[in-house]
Amino acid sequence: MKREVAVLGVGMHPWGKWGRNFVEYGVHAAREALADARLAWSDVQFVAGGDTMRNGYPGYVAGASIAQALGWTGAQVASTYGACATGAQAIDVARARILAGLCDVALVVGADTTPKGFFAPTGGERKQDPDWLRFHLIGATNPVYFGLYARRRMELYGATPRDFALVKVKNSRHGLENPNARYKKLYGIDEVMASPIVSDPLRLLDICATSDGGAALVLSSLDFARRRAGKPVTIAAVSTVTPRFPNTMIEMPNFATDSSVAVAPPDTPFRDSIARCAYEQAGLGPEDLDLAEVYDLSTALELDWYENIGLCKPGDAERLVREGATALGGRIPVNPSGGLACFGEAVPAQAIAQVCELVWQLRGQAGARQVEGARVGLSVNQGLFGHGSAVLVAA
Amino acid sequence: MPLEKTRAPAIEGWFTLDERDPHLLGTRCTRCGTYHFPKESFFCRNPHCAGTELEEVELSSRGRLWSFTDNRYPPPPPYVARDPFEPYAIAAVELEREKLVVLGQMVAGIGSDWLEVGAEMQLALEPLYEDDAHQVLVWKWRRS
Repeated sequence: MKREVAVLGVGMHPWGKWGRNFVEYGVHAAREALADARLAWSDVQFVAGGDTMRNGYPGYVAGASIAQALGWTGAQVASTYGACATGAQAIDVARARILAGLCDVALVVGADTTPKGFFAPTGGERKQDPDWLRFHLIGATNPVYFGLYARRRMELYGATPRDFALVKVKNSRHGLENPNARYKKLYGIDEVMASPIVSDPLRLLDICATSDGGAALVLSSLDFARRRAGKPVTIAAVSTVTPRFPNTMIEMPNFATDSSVAVAPPDTPFRDSIARCAYEQAGLGPEDLDLAEVYDLSTALELDWYENIGLCKPGDAERLVREGATALGGRIPVNPSGGLACFGEAVPAQAIAQVCELVWQLRGQAGARQVEGARVGLSVNQGLFGHGSAVLVAA
Repeated sequence: MPLEKTRAPAIEGWFTLDERDPHLLGTRCTRCGTYHFPKESFFCRNPHCAGTELEEVELSSRGRLWSFTDNRYPPPPPYVARDPFEPYAIAAVELEREKLVVLGQMVAGIGSDWLEVGAEMQLALEPLYEDDAHQVLVWKWRRS
């Protein structure tokens, strides 16, 4: 049985470094999504908020913070956190309520205000918290982990810093005319390769920034959607998988992998299992995709994702980007929005923003970055502490 | 004459303080043999194992380099960055007996251009930072 929900509306607050309260971005995005859905705020029966860890108590109860700012209506609420996968969790909570028949119309919203520079752990002295300890004991920032993965690609598959730069060049071209992108500048290979090294082999322009932004979706049951004009885009699957033991990849914020002394590593590594779960839910596969939005925290990670979501075999990702297969006009455009390279990361909003892009693409409303005839799109993402997320959207 | 500073681990119970042959301290499940680093106190993390007896063990002090990188910019607190900041390399080292990969900084003065995947590595102790009374030590990796 297909378990779809309709996407009636999408909305975003442009990404940037605006320095305002995250609630404002959330309200802006929610109002845009409601207007797009031609529904009133009072029509929303359930609000799923994506939490932010950097904005105090209001951030831990983001659904209620944004609902209060929109004006209390008595709607039911849930606020969730899953690191970078937060947005997909919020989508999944709303989807589950709709599919269970507990509501017809739900609002999903996430927004963040970020400080300058590296993401840092919560303050205080917390010697039980691996996220605090990794900074304190070894100075392992997020780009350190991205650097380890990038070096591994170079070792296993012969990837080069030039391949990584090609990803940035491609995404910078895609984002040029995206009104919600923060960086609208076309970069050349030489410029990327001349930027300072942050975590070898990755340079400043290989690594995504941290941004302010907000994104929202209005979801409904298919029955509710059928009573309205037009055929809506639907969410066909949501994956929020955790790893299987033993996870042999060193993941943020850990000091070590699981040990595979007693149990052999699973046939499907964690990152491969993320999209696979979504494909299995929807009865679709990578061959059905017209486009994908993948989590390019670094340029090299985008190449990993090509393989993790089944666009090519392990080791073939470099060929895909060199041939332009993942550029607009190519066989399978990846990150037509410009990706994190053009947005920077606004954690709880990002997975929702990925879905906004898929919906615009599948409706044919993506303007200069339109993927012609797009019918099926996948977004994929991973959050620290073992959060996978993928969303399959179909026209 | 300045007093000699007391040597102190940056975190209690994660590694031995034998400077010539230091070891990381993990746990091993007495039921299924799974190793854990850092230590697990109450339950084995193997989902197929109901083990609750975890013995403290010294992990292998040698392994092979799985991957490496470095950090060219000072991390935010709680990292105690020297002023001026000195970049450091980071190693992910695979331990054969324990079948796991463990992170650590490289000893001072070893840049990422000195490293290659597969190289033999050995555990070391080095100061992480100093305060008025202590030389605070942490585990690091060096080429063996």
